[in-house]
Amino acid sequence: MQISEAWLRELVNPPVTTEELVEQLTMAGLEVDSVEPAAAEFSGVVVGEVISIEQHSNADKLRVCQVAVGEAEPIQIVCGASNVKAGLKIPAALVGAVLPGDFKIKKSKLRGELSLGMLCSEKELGLAADADGLMELFDAAPVGTDIREYLALNDKIIELDLTPNRADCLSVEGVAREIAVLNEMDWTPVAVSAVEVTHESVINVSVEETEACPRYLGRLIKNVNPNAETPLWMQERLRRSGIRSLGPIVDVTNYVLLELGQPLHAFDAGKLTGSITVRVGENGEELALLNDQTIKLDGEALVIADEKQALALAGVMGGEATSVTDQTNDVFLECAFFTPIAIAGKARNFGLHTDSSHRFERGVDFCVQVRAIERATQLIVEITGGSVGPITEVTTTANLPKRNPVNLRQQRIEKVLGISMANDDVTRMFNSLGMQVEVHSEGWNITPPGCRFDIEIEADLLEEVGRLYGYNNLPNSSLLMRSELGKADEAKLPIARVEDLLVDKGYQEAITYSFVDEDIQKVIAPNDEFIRLKNPISSELSVMRTTLWCGLLNAALYNTKRQQSRVRLFETGLRFIKNNNETVQQKMLSGLVLGNVVTEQWSEKSRKVDFFDLKGDLAAIFHLSDCNNVQYSSVKHPALHPGQSAEIVNGEGRSIGVMGMLHPSLEKPLGFETPVFLFELDQELVFKKQIPKFEALSKFPSVRRDMALVVAETVTIAEIISNIHGCNEKVIKDVQIFDVYRGVGVAEGYKSVALSLILQDFTQTLTDSEIDAIFSKVLEMLTNNINAKLRD
Amino acid sequence: MSANLEEILSQGLHALAESTDLTQLDQVRVTYLGKKGAFTLQMKELGKLDPDQRRAVGQVINKAKGEFQQKLEAAKAAMQQAALDERLASESVDVTLPGRGQSIAGLHPVTITLRRISKIFASVGFKVVEGPEIEDDYHNFEALNIPAHHPARAMHDTFYFDAHTVLRTHTSPVQIRAMEAEAPPLKVIAPGRVYRCDSDVTHTPMFHQVEGFLVDTDVSFADLKGVVYEFLRAFFEKDIQVRFRPSYFPFTEPSAEVDIECVMCDGKGCRVCGHTGWLEVMGCGMIHPEVFKSVDINSDEFTGFAFGMGVERLAMLRYGINDLRMFFENDLKFLEQFN
Repeated sequence: MQISEAWLRELVNPPVTTEELVEQLTMAGLEVDSVEPAAAEFSGVVVGEVISIEQHSNADKLRVCQVAVGEAEPIQIVCGASNVKAGLKIPAALVGAVLPGDFKIKKSKLRGELSLGMLCSEKELGLAADADGLMELFDAAPVGTDIREYLALNDKIIELDLTPNRADCLSVEGVAREIAVLNEMDWTPVAVSAVEVTHESVINVSVEETEACPRYLGRLIKNVNPNAETPLWMQERLRRSGIRSLGPIVDVTNYVLLELGQPLHAFDAGKLTGSITVRVGENGEELALLNDQTIKLDGEALVIADEKQALALAGVMGGEATSVTDQTNDVFLECAFFTPIAIAGKARNFGLHTDSSHRFERGVDFCVQVRAIERATQLIVEITGGSVGPITEVTTTANLPKRNPVNLRQQRIEKVLGISMANDDVTRMFNSLGMQVEVHSEGWNITPPGCRFDIEIEADLLEEVGRLYGYNNLPNSSLLMRSELGKADEAKLPIARVEDLLVDKGYQEAITYSFVDEDIQKVIAPNDEFIRLKNPISSELSVMRTTLWCGLLNAALYNTKRQQSRVRLFETGLRFIKNNNETVQQKMLSGLVLGNVVTEQWSEKSRKVDFFDLKGDLAAIFHLSDCNNVQYSSVKHPALHPGQSAEIVNGEGRSIGVMGMLHPSLEKPLGFETPVFLFELDQELVFKKQIPKFEALSKFPSVRRDMALVVAETVTIAEIISNIHGCNEKVIKDVQIFDVYRGVGVAEGYKSVALSLILQDFTQTLTDSEIDAIFSKVLEMLTNNINAKLRD
Repeated sequence: MSANLEEILSQGLHALAESTDLTQLDQVRVTYLGKKGAFTLQMKELGKLDPDQRRAVGQVINKAKGEFQQKLEAAKAAMQQAALDERLASESVDVTLPGRGQSIAGLHPVTITLRRISKIFASVGFKVVEGPEIEDDYHNFEALNIPAHHPARAMHDTFYFDAHTVLRTHTSPVQIRAMEAEAPPLKVIAPGRVYRCDSDVTHTPMFHQVEGFLVDTDVSFADLKGVVYEFLRAFFEKDIQVRFRPSYFPFTEPSAEVDIECVMCDGKGCRVCGHTGWLEVMGCGMIHPEVFKSVDINSDEFTGFAFGMGVERLAMLRYGINDLRMFFENDLKFLEQFN
């Protein structure tokens, strides 16, 4: 909400500067977003009157005007505006004037005609962003008066960013009350008295929805002057609050909304049929609103209707059909209290947000309606004349909000705020906020006024005390906390350790959006069931990721497009998988590598990263955790190369992740020009750790025996190793593969595998014959089970 | 000295001078000093002499032998030195050439910032807790005293899956989950991703928050102020000015916004702080009795405070980053700046 400082100061005028005032408001919880001058800097502009005009002899579009500016003789000014005419009062910038933008007015000749100034538009004075012609002043404007003085432009516009609980400050009066409290002074509410009733006609009102509309006031004002104009002071105040002037009747309703915080609506009474009803919409019923939008109503929508149709969306916006125009003679003025719950969310349902709905959904003072309708009547009659009818009021007192006393215990002030405060100060503070205060032995019973919807419990009162005492004046204490010794969970590998490992292995951490492009996800993970956002920000971010690969591929692509030929990324975070209608949120660790293994180097030949580089990195992660005995098995994965993809299974046989090369058929479509390797691990399953358990060391030496085997291509290394372990020889401590060979000397379809057995016994040094026996047993096992032969 | 001995010495010295490497030198050593070497044989001849001659002749032989040995050692040392010099010369490298091996990368600035925040709070015993990102309406709103149609919901541009399931709009639901799981006293921080349906120069649809709260029997607003104040000074490693402004959050009462003196201009006023000299960095307040009620904590017995901060915002201020959107573009040129 933005309001004029001068308007505020008319109600309360503390001896503080604008800067101090703004600081006071901000620190009291009414945050000031900005303070702008009401008009840009300019000088030397006065009210002028065009006495006569003549066509310029050398220019079609120019006219030569004689303009009275309060001096003995009129001055000559050449003007090109189309609306210039004799008798018009306009702002005239005299020679020596400086307009906004440091534009200096000089004596000049325009196509041979002398011009001693410039006639101005609102745009040229910085009062509006656009203008089509000169600014037309009222006939009564005093010629020669400085325009800044005449329009009271030496004012500031204060923009407040109010929190939803402070609806009481959505008006000039509300802010004035607050300023008065902050400065411990009185303020002057707007003087309102009942307007004399001059006719007895009424339009009957019935309220069907008394819970949503506990109070409805209506009044018929007849024979208003449709040609009347809104006075300049009112137009200016509306302008400074960002509201355009739309004719006097509408302007008055907006003015009272700003002044008292009460939204009003004016109907053209001539367009109404019969009596007024406050009811809910009927299914299928339509209503054309003032903003050219036609909405479909239903039983949720609260409307104002006559006997023929719905006229307005209650508390939100009026309808086009019964709006006040410059033809309107009779006005039906509505001033109601709609409950916050009845209006909340309604405007948003139709994509609307109005000054009226903004106030009703936060809470309008339910005691102010009579005052507001009288104030509006008074202003309308002043501006447009007309004869005033009696107020029709339908109030269901039982449904009006209740203002119950709230108990504030003295000791809670100390307990919650950490201060002690004199009882009299507390009483005075709440009184000045317009609250009724009843003192009792342990504290106060405090009843808030109708404008405060945010005082329901003790904590709300404590906030008022803290706020007015000043948050910055409250003490800062060094917290004395109960301490317990922390935990040092050794059975869980901290994610930070794994992140650091990957960082040290050259992986850069990335953070990508949790929502991804549906099309890409369907390519990467066609079998995953995903969930979709109802209201995504864009189609590229419309479904929740079922794998972190979508984001990583996207990030890698972003970088390869920027001349990065080597990318190593990892990310930690949740994936979201739908499983039997349940959404599983699973913590993953994923990575991506492409390009050279290491950065290009002067002495080594560069080599592209491959499957086993990635596998080595994973082995390092598994080494940190208890996944030393994981098994890799070939797997068909829609996103991965069928010959270079593996599922990783832990010792308990559970799948803990997958790794491999991006399927070559996806490389080009996704925008890559080089192979991409990916992995994804389940954090929960990988980051388990066992507390180490000591095993005694053997005192006897270990022996190494090498063995070169020829096996069929289809035999995996994992099979060879598991067969060796299958011999159940406790003395075999380790098996290491040190060569895999294909080519000369090895038949087509076979490979030679060189491995070493590390043998050690606990009770003795192994003899040659014992070693030979084990060697033979292993060979026999391998020969029998996988048809392995010793290489010659 | 006999002519023979003189001859042997002179030939031996000559042979030493002729030797070009350590192998030749060793052969010369064997020829003259070995078991059948020339000097050794001379010594063996001694036994044939008269005992009274033996001593004098022996001295002469030993002297000649000693001279030879000395020259031999010198020649050997010179040769070893030459060999070492040659090796050193041949093995010299340009030490300014770069080293080899895997380069080290780094963490994302958000992670770096989260780790620092967690470390500061963990040092006084706050426990780090996580919660789900897909939340139910109850934990994200209702239990936090934000009923349906509450105007505060408009402050959260919420992503919905259905009427009751949302992407959490803040980390505050973790507060509820933590209080449901454990009875006070509680000291918890909850870092994580949050989501708002908003995207422009200053908003990304996903960002990070850290929620923190403390519940105990005698916690006051003064304690909240103390913790927030100390945290901000620890985080910025600077004795910065901090101010508390009344504000509104449905789940705290009293509520406050916390501003710090602008770290870009030291509070003088600049573009970053909108020429106010102050930067809004977090929201906080005393936990609302309605929130306590929803988790069955007696608000007469226990009081507590809660605070929430935007991690990207703190990272931007700490490192001088001027564009929020860079956090999620994952441009290596950006990320590597924090390595």
